[in-house]
Amino acid sequence: MSNIVKDHVLELLKNDTRVDGRGLKDYRDIKVDVEVTSTAEGSARVKIGDTDVIAGVKFNVETPYPDNPENGNFMVNAEFLPLSSPNFEAGPPKIDAIELSRVVDRGIRESKMIDTGSLCITPGEKVWSVGVDICTLNTDGNLIDAAALAAIVALKNARFPKYDGVKLDYKTLTDEKLKLSKMPICATVVKAGGKFFVDLNEEEEEATEAKLNVWSTEDGELSALQKGGDSNLTVEDINQMFDIAIEKATELRKFVQ
Amino acid sequence: MGLLIEDKSIAVPGEVLAEGMDYLPADGAIREGENVVSSRVGLVHVDGRAIRVIQLAGSYMPKRNDTVIAKVVDVLMSGWRLDINCAYSAMLPLRDATSDYIEKGANLTKFFDLGDYMVCKITNVTSQKLVDVSMKGPGLWKIKRGRIINVTPCKVPRIIGKQGSMVTMIKDATGCKVTVGQNGVIWVQCDDPEKERIAVDTIKKIEAEAHISGLTDRIKEHLDKVSKK
Repeated sequence: MSNIVKDHVLELLKNDTRVDGRGLKDYRDIKVDVEVTSTAEGSARVKIGDTDVIAGVKFNVETPYPDNPENGNFMVNAEFLPLSSPNFEAGPPKIDAIELSRVVDRGIRESKMIDTGSLCITPGEKVWSVGVDICTLNTDGNLIDAAALAAIVALKNARFPKYDGVKLDYKTLTDEKLKLSKMPICATVVKAGGKFFVDLNEEEEEATEAKLNVWSTEDGELSALQKGGDSNLTVEDINQMFDIAIEKATELRKFVQ
Repeated sequence: MGLLIEDKSIAVPGEVLAEGMDYLPADGAIREGENVVSSRVGLVHVDGRAIRVIQLAGSYMPKRNDTVIAKVVDVLMSGWRLDINCAYSAMLPLRDATSDYIEKGANLTKFFDLGDYMVCKITNVTSQKLVDVSMKGPGLWKIKRGRIINVTPCKVPRIIGKQGSMVTMIKDATGCKVTVGQNGVIWVQCDDPEKERIAVDTIKKIEAEAHISGLTDRIKEHLDKVSKK
């Protein structure tokens, strides 16, 4: 199968240029808005170039899992709206949407960002359940970084609804926020044509040979990784990608308000 | 009686544009009794007695003799199925693909493989929207390198300009090769990536500002400014 879009991106990469004239390690313009929906307890909208993602946080009181009776529940769900791309169709989440929600879930969960112990109301009986819903509004590549940033900002701004021990009042939000200990950020680094670069648009994603979604915290600790693409990576490649990802995560962290 | 709406204003479907028989409905307008009524959302364009409503957005509808840029999505027994950026796919039959002799049972991917782009011409569109295209004719060829961009098909006439004036302006200012398909798919190729980017940005600018008057002057100014940098 031939692909002139891919060939063109690779041709440009040989001279360290990209289709939109950016440097290899430059992100497009990033814009973050908070509290964008009134129905979620915390929400954020992140735009990276033309990629546009919204994330909302919902709280609920549920019974804990039997093997984890003293910890609250945390769940991430992603939906790729057909409106956001001609490649997305209505119906149950496809493999890309599942990957995105799993990667965001793992990045947040494994960094121990949320103190799930503090979400316990009565051990074994009642705990707070935190759900993050991610929706794509428009897609132009690098959905995972945008979705991860939106989820983190939404969690940081989420406020618990009023709860009297019996009933939840979603119309009244308290001033209490989630206890967050760390601030993990996902930065995706891609290898193509022997070069490493970040924040790919949809055209450039065609040329992806191998990619690494790297979640790192503010002290440079890695919390989760996801490898994508068909090509393999050497240990040196991975080390270089880590360095780029940690540097880029520091830049992205400034957008967490 | 007469014209009820100003030239270059926005009309919505069902809006009465003119009363009486002095005006004639053209593209995007229909006659209902004595009235000329808009059938789509768009800009009203009064051209003598004819009233047309130019759509602001919308997908491509295949028309006979249109030159389009198509992508191979399937290789069949006796031809290729192409994506022409609309709801209906097009067929490129073997006899219209090449003048080379093709042996029985030959591997057709040698001529056009999946994912290949080509500039082709629509030869027939049936009432059931079965589209046939041909590769035989001047200015029709297989695209081997360069950049493919997509624009809204209804902005294509503005990108081409009167007798190709706008696209010629872009070609002259940047030195790029540009082919605009009627289906909104555009091929740009230049050895200098910076100039190629200027050409693409200019096309995107035309797309975004196509409905504002004084477009040619603005684009000329834009090209002068960015070329000097």
